[in-house]
Amino acid sequence: MAEQTLTDTAGSVSQPEGWDGIVADWSSDQRAFKNVPWGKAMMWIFLLSDTFIFSIFLLSYMTVRMSTTVPWPNPSEVFALSFGGEPIPLILIAIMTFVLISSSGTMVLAVNYGYRLDRKKTVFWLLLTALGGLTFVGMQAFEWSKLIHEGVRPWGNPMGAAQFGSSFFMITGFHGFHVSVGVLFLLLVARKVWRGDYEHQRKGFFTSRKGSYEIVETMGLYWHFVDLVWVFIFALFYLW
Amino acid sequence: MAHVEGQQHPISVYLKIWGLLFVLSAMSYAVDYYHVESYLRWTLILLFMALKAGLIIAVFMHMMWERLALVYAIVLPPVFVGVFIIIMSLEADNTLFSRMTFFNIGT
Repeated sequence: MAEQTLTDTAGSVSQPEGWDGIVADWSSDQRAFKNVPWGKAMMWIFLLSDTFIFSIFLLSYMTVRMSTTVPWPNPSEVFALSFGGEPIPLILIAIMTFVLISSSGTMVLAVNYGYRLDRKKTVFWLLLTALGGLTFVGMQAFEWSKLIHEGVRPWGNPMGAAQFGSSFFMITGFHGFHVSVGVLFLLLVARKVWRGDYEHQRKGFFTSRKGSYEIVETMGLYWHFVDLVWVFIFALFYLW
Repeated sequence: MAHVEGQQHPISVYLKIWGLLFVLSAMSYAVDYYHVESYLRWTLILLFMALKAGLIIAVFMHMMWERLALVYAIVLPPVFVGVFIIIMSLEADNTLFSRMTFFNIGT
């Protein structure tokens, strides 16, 4: 319980705000991030490192697209899909965007009900979030197979610049992998909430530490980050 | 009973932001659907992208309620990415110029 006591102490003592607060927090003993459980601070630092990874992918995509002398394929046409009639531009990508944003919304609700100690609703929203993630990955798999069928390869494609394929598979592949891992962890957290691990102070099988509903929020941070990365991919790769 | 301390906010805040994200996504899709081109297109895409990213970080990830020590530790480092973008766009221009000068002779 040492950790809980620490959190309480940090919360009850009045802390300076603004620049004074930054100086006080960073120059204090023990911990710079007050009022934040260590797991959440570590998740933020991991997400920062992940930000750099995705930034470098998008940067290299920008560099090859700007420097190629061959015309870039028009994403609006490449990702168009027809439901019997005229092809609708980018429709699948738009649906994927809405699905991912919706799953971000359900995740927020899961975090909220977790703090209200409403186990059933937390599990429900967590599972709905995982379902959204699975739907997204499924549509991405469909998109990949469609493009591969049309002859898009990492080393070339029939529509234009060869770098299109390598950028596409690298960026969306890495993002899809993040979504898949997220779904896995969502299911694990949902199982723990369902069993009541965070209320019975059951120890985790891997860390053998007691969890709390803050873990749901930390899980939420990761999930929103996946959504955040998609915002950038959608704008810079699909719409540009 | 476990003591719970964390980010708790009224659900209505989240629902409003959720709706706003939907609207912004629809608007960025509309940019493509109605074939807005050139500088207006890029400005709109970047604007909607920045707004969406800001809303997700600030509200969904609770950044606007965190202490500044954490906010700056996470939000400031990506500034280096911006510097990198400037360097690489200069480099890409240079590469394109070299390719057009030396590879396209006679065409």
